[in-house]
Amino acid sequence: MKVEEVPQDNGMIGDYGHEVCYAVDGNGRYTLAPSLGWEAKNIVNDQAWATIAAETAKAHRLVKSGELSPIAYYQARHQMDVGLLASYVGMARWRVKRHRRPKVFARLPERILRRYATVFKVSVAEVQTVPDSFTPEQIRPR
Amino acid sequence: MDALIPFPHRQSAHCESGVTANLLHFHHISCSEALAFGIGEGLFFGYLPFIRINKLPLTTFRCAVGNILGNVTKRLGVKIRRQKFRSQDEAMATLDEKLAQNIPVGCQTGAYWLPYFPPAFRFHFNMHNLVVIGRDGDDYLISDPVFENVVRCRREDLQRARFAQGSLAPKGAMYYLESVPESPDMAAAVRQGLAAVCKTMLRTPVPFLGVRGIAFLADRLEKWPKKLGEESALLHLGQLIRMQEEIGTGGGGFRFMYAAFLQEAAELTGIAPLLQLSERMTLVGDTWRRFAVSGARLCKGRARPGDTYGELAGILRECARTEKEIYGDIQNLLH
Repeated sequence: MKVEEVPQDNGMIGDYGHEVCYAVDGNGRYTLAPSLGWEAKNIVNDQAWATIAAETAKAHRLVKSGELSPIAYYQARHQMDVGLLASYVGMARWRVKRHRRPKVFARLPERILRRYATVFKVSVAEVQTVPDSFTPEQIRPR
Repeated sequence: MDALIPFPHRQSAHCESGVTANLLHFHHISCSEALAFGIGEGLFFGYLPFIRINKLPLTTFRCAVGNILGNVTKRLGVKIRRQKFRSQDEAMATLDEKLAQNIPVGCQTGAYWLPYFPPAFRFHFNMHNLVVIGRDGDDYLISDPVFENVVRCRREDLQRARFAQGSLAPKGAMYYLESVPESPDMAAAVRQGLAAVCKTMLRTPVPFLGVRGIAFLADRLEKWPKKLGEESALLHLGQLIRMQEEIGTGGGGFRFMYAAFLQEAAELTGIAPLLQLSERMTLVGDTWRRFAVSGARLCKGRARPGDTYGELAGILRECARTEKEIYGDIQNLLH
């Protein structure tokens, strides 16, 4: 890649500055060239976020219909599977799975709710509810 | 402000090689990121379908996390101290203690919890390296090599990032250089790094690593649409391109960075033909980029004639073939 070929397709980086790429200058020497991004990268990054958004939307729907507890929504929003969430709250996976059932969740003591709330960076009150509506734009990073 | 260590922050393409080079620079050893990457035996390829990231196979273009730093310090005779912690409080206290002694401290962190990251990059990725260079009340000042300038991070956020969970959890890992030699033998270290990369790329005991791994991936990729269905195949392809380009590779899955290293290596070792090999490695990087462009068009549903899984597999086979020749030629030059 030559310096003049370094792509400047802003997308993922937004107004966070630039990244650097290795490119060859006019004398054939390698140099570090600033780049605002690359369309190929933007496309696959969007694809990854679309998957996260779809999973979060699905979890939101299931929470709203009473099939899952709000934990499922926050878990999906934070890109976690049950295993990852279990290690963050320091509980066994089967317990987290159980807490995803609305009936079990409703009886959880505050100290358990607090552990989830801390991981998701919300209050104990918030972790017991989900937003009224969820649209993919809410987690779309750009 | 408590203390800010006069640390030479230089923006890099990749975190670990950048951290390694900057830490050496702080200790008055002049070393570029590409040189650290080359001496550290950073270049690699592995397609590991049995390790899943977001339910998709792991593809890696570099060696395991921590190895670049480990190899560079070993080959240059630098003494490094690495620690992991059970207790979060102890991990933060030890960091503060070292900063108070004016020692810049490298940390392994989970990128998801670092608020100064652009939102689009915030995935659960636990192999992000950075250098803490000072504390200002509840804020830390961080030389994060993939950022233009020194960044600030709140204590609780840094603590969370140091104790990110999941695969390759950092467990508070931190490191600093204890002593460095007066004038390390760079040329010898470069030769060792070159020989080691050629060996791991060419002589792999299993088919999914090294240049054989690239060809193996090509065979698998060709069958994705039939085996997985169109939708899942696109997700697999997207993830592959992200691993190649997004995770701080300097472009072309580290191949450009390695080409830059080969230029420096030619100078340091006096083996002039390495310059031509650098040019050939650049062409390999361009080929990888061509793969990404064509694959991304497929992902976006804007495929042009020629953007097919069969053609993509063909590009990968071309990469495997040319890389194999390059590593073989490097080996011959070293003898």
